Amino acid sequence: MMKIKDDIQPVLEIKDLSKRFGDNKVLNGFNLKLYEGENLVVMGKSGSGKSVMIKCLVGLLKADSGSITIKGADILKLGRKELDLLRTEIGFLFQGSALYDSMTVRENLEFPLRRNQDKVDASKTTEELVVEALENVGLEKAINLMPAELSGGMQRRVALARALILKPKIILYDEPTTGLDPITAKEIIQLMRTIQKTYKTSSLIITHDVDCARVISNRMILLIDGINYIEGTFEELSTSEDKKVQAFFKN
Amino acid sequence: MSYFAVRFFREVFTAPFEWKELLRQCYQMGNRSFILVGVTGFILGLVFTLQSRPTLLELGAVSWMPSMVSLSIVREIGPVIFALICAGRIGSGIGAELGSMKVTEQIDAMEVSGTNPFKYLVVTRILATTLMLPLLILMGDAIALFGSALVENLKGEVSYLLYFNIVFDSLEFSDLLPATIKSFFFGFAIGLVGCYKGYNCSKGTVGVGEASNIAVVYTSMLLFIIDFIAVFITDIFFEI
Repeated sequence: MMKIKDDIQPVLEIKDLSKRFGDNKVLNGFNLKLYEGENLVVMGKSGSGKSVMIKCLVGLLKADSGSITIKGADILKLGRKELDLLRTEIGFLFQGSALYDSMTVRENLEFPLRRNQDKVDASKTTEELVVEALENVGLEKAINLMPAELSGGMQRRVALARALILKPKIILYDEPTTGLDPITAKEIIQLMRTIQKTYKTSSLIITHDVDCARVISNRMILLIDGINYIEGTFEELSTSEDKKVQAFFKN
Repeated sequence: MSYFAVRFFREVFTAPFEWKELLRQCYQMGNRSFILVGVTGFILGLVFTLQSRPTLLELGAVSWMPSMVSLSIVREIGPVIFALICAGRIGSGIGAELGSMKVTEQIDAMEVSGTNPFKYLVVTRILATTLMLPLLILMGDAIALFGSALVENLKGEVSYLLYFNIVFDSLEFSDLLPATIKSFFFGFAIGLVGCYKGYNCSKGTVGVGEASNIAVVYTSMLLFIIDFIAVFITDIFFEI
């Protein structure tokens, strides 16, 4: 497990986050701290509010209460421009890849650069940045293809390249291996590890894939009943005697 | 929907402007609807003239044909028919496209990449429909009149020159202006409803179908309401 000193400031912190949809209280005072260079996995059952939490993090959903601090800024208090600026420092890999299907792979990767290229590397052209990002995920030959021409695994890689193109310091993964066959899922997990080393990112990974959590996590949180039920390393959690925790690992 | 419209007017005048996407949308909408509007306009002119001819012949008023056809098409039938066609072609397309983007999280992906998806997707599309519809309608009107002239030329042996001389003599500024102004509103309505339904789409693929379908139904109703208001106002100012 990564050693976390008390005096180190987290790059991302959630305090008492609550979110409800009608009568359904999805998050009920959830807390989380993500430190620099860390891979933090949040596990939970389907419908437990993992995706809601991660969407609140980037302002796609508005939390009912609580605070979300990213690099010292409370995102719930930011205006549109400040939020957009902060978002360029966060990479987001969507569950279904969310590639723009009317654009080629090249255009998909160029899209985040349209107004933000100077924030990445002004000395490089858009083309160079796109090729570099695709090389990092091993898909430079797919540059002119449409998303529909790619397999699920390739789409996920392109989505990862797009999430990385602005060289963010924090990457949020929403179910990165869902819908992929076991071999492709392993490839994606391996790629995530490589990227973490190359880009030195802090990663928050939302998943219900135990294998993914085992391989990639430095630390884990189980999200049960809208709260962070338990925290620890994979080993600590997988050997826990708590029945609710066991339910995740016994299969 | 009114909040959506207010948001459009708030965002349309604030930077950054998505000029490239606006031009792309204008091209797509204009280019893809060109043939549809052209063919419909041509047939409209042909059929309208063929159907009216026997009655006018019976009344001995066949020489009124160019005036009657041009006034009907330019003032009323052209804008309404071509707007309805564009509602089906463009409105449903926008509803389906944005709806599909919504349910596959593409709009969310745009948002987290630091781009304002409302500005990029909605403002550009509404502006494009508002700007392109009057052009498509004017083009459709012209082709419909050509269709009518063709029938008159073949059946009534009226030369094209004579036909269009009568057309331009009968048409006045007060015929063209209200029709053109209302076609901007038609375009705005098509873009607004299509974008609203698509952008707020939910319920997965079923929702995409619904967004596309409802966009056409609501737009069609809205077009008739706008047309009624436009005719009412025109009557006040120009005394139809």
